[in-house]
Amino acid sequence: MAGLKPTDVLPGRGPALGTRLFLLLACSILLMVLDSREDYLQYIHSKLNIVVYPIQAAVDLPFALADWVSTSLASRRQLLAENRDLRRQQLRSDASVQKMIAIEAENARLRALMDTAALMTDRTMVTEIMAIDLNPYRRLLTINKGSSAGAYRGQALVDAFGIVGQISDLGPLSSQVLLISDPEHAVPVEVNRNGLRTIAVGTGDAQILNLPFLPNNADIRLGDLLVTSGLGGVFPAGYPVAEVNQIEVNPSQPFAHVEAAPAAELDKVRELLLIWPGGVQDR
Amino acid sequence: MKPVYRFDGFIFASLIAGLILTIVPLPDAINAWRPAWPAMLVLYWTLHKPERFGLLGAWLVGIAMDTLTGTLLGQHALALMVIAFINLKLHLRIRVFPKGQQALAILMLVLVYEFLLFWVDGVAGFTTSGIARWLPVLSSAALWLPVAALLKGAMVLARRA
Repeated sequence: MAGLKPTDVLPGRGPALGTRLFLLLACSILLMVLDSREDYLQYIHSKLNIVVYPIQAAVDLPFALADWVSTSLASRRQLLAENRDLRRQQLRSDASVQKMIAIEAENARLRALMDTAALMTDRTMVTEIMAIDLNPYRRLLTINKGSSAGAYRGQALVDAFGIVGQISDLGPLSSQVLLISDPEHAVPVEVNRNGLRTIAVGTGDAQILNLPFLPNNADIRLGDLLVTSGLGGVFPAGYPVAEVNQIEVNPSQPFAHVEAAPAAELDKVRELLLIWPGGVQDR
Repeated sequence: MKPVYRFDGFIFASLIAGLILTIVPLPDAINAWRPAWPAMLVLYWTLHKPERFGLLGAWLVGIAMDTLTGTLLGQHALALMVIAFINLKLHLRIRVFPKGQQALAILMLVLVYEFLLFWVDGVAGFTTSGIARWLPVLSSAALWLPVAALLKGAMVLARRA
């Protein structure tokens, strides 16, 4: 340890330890207070996201590589079988889309008759989930698209079956997604059968959403499909959210206890669709 | 010649490794037991290299943690900084503790760390889950001796190179 000055070995260089503790404590508390209030720290968040992106990419890399290897080493027979399945699936979706086209045209005519704006189709983009574990007490995901792909904070994401969540923290190359099953998340929904509006709140369990604001006499049944109502402005209207699978009415309570199972496969998905409502953005 | 700076790269690399281990996907069965790697590393370096790694280092690691895990910005920073402070105050004593006792001291410090995280979550109004929250305290303390031995061995190798 030649060339070591006595001041180098002492921890107390610069301001005293207590002073530094106090300064950093003040910094942390200020940051947390600002961060808990919506948008103040968006800029800092997106800059920090760039700094930690290499770490996220490093963690995701082996999984992405394994994916790539398994697809490149898949046997010809497997590929053919998969291809055939996909072709059938495509045919089936095509058939249902044909009907949809007719219904959409009819819908547009009816809306024109009623003098309301026609529903626009939403633009989408495929994004992949990065293989990263986040805060175990929240329901969050990291996706590999960010502001450089035109994504924005609060943007809705769906999978093949329904609404998955919204972007809660936007970075340039990756973003964090808050799932609808997060205990802090709520989706404005309506019952597809009768248009009854309510709110579906996450519980932390990927299989259960809670509908806390339905009175005991609300017209809701087992198996009812809940779709986004479009209220609140975050989620575009008409996407499936969940299916009611439990109703308990207790006359001594003001509200019924209603639970629903999310339509999206929240804990299985690997690819998601970002949605731009009304096709504002085209990428 | 600047011999004191020799371990800076090593400290940095270990912290990056700690952050990677924090977000690497684990099977659900052992996920709750995931040790608080960054807390262990911060404690190790404040214990053994207090002249090179201090409060600001711990705070920056915490900010990286907050960004990576999507918590409130400043939450992990606060918790890591506070345990680094306690450790810096006590490092001369903890360093000469017998091995088992040292692991116990680490258990207490990681407990303080988890408690601060828990506290901030509570104040911020996030749902705080049950017993699973405290499992990392046990696993961190249990892994302290192997991790310390590993880091020491790696440092000896780095010194020879």
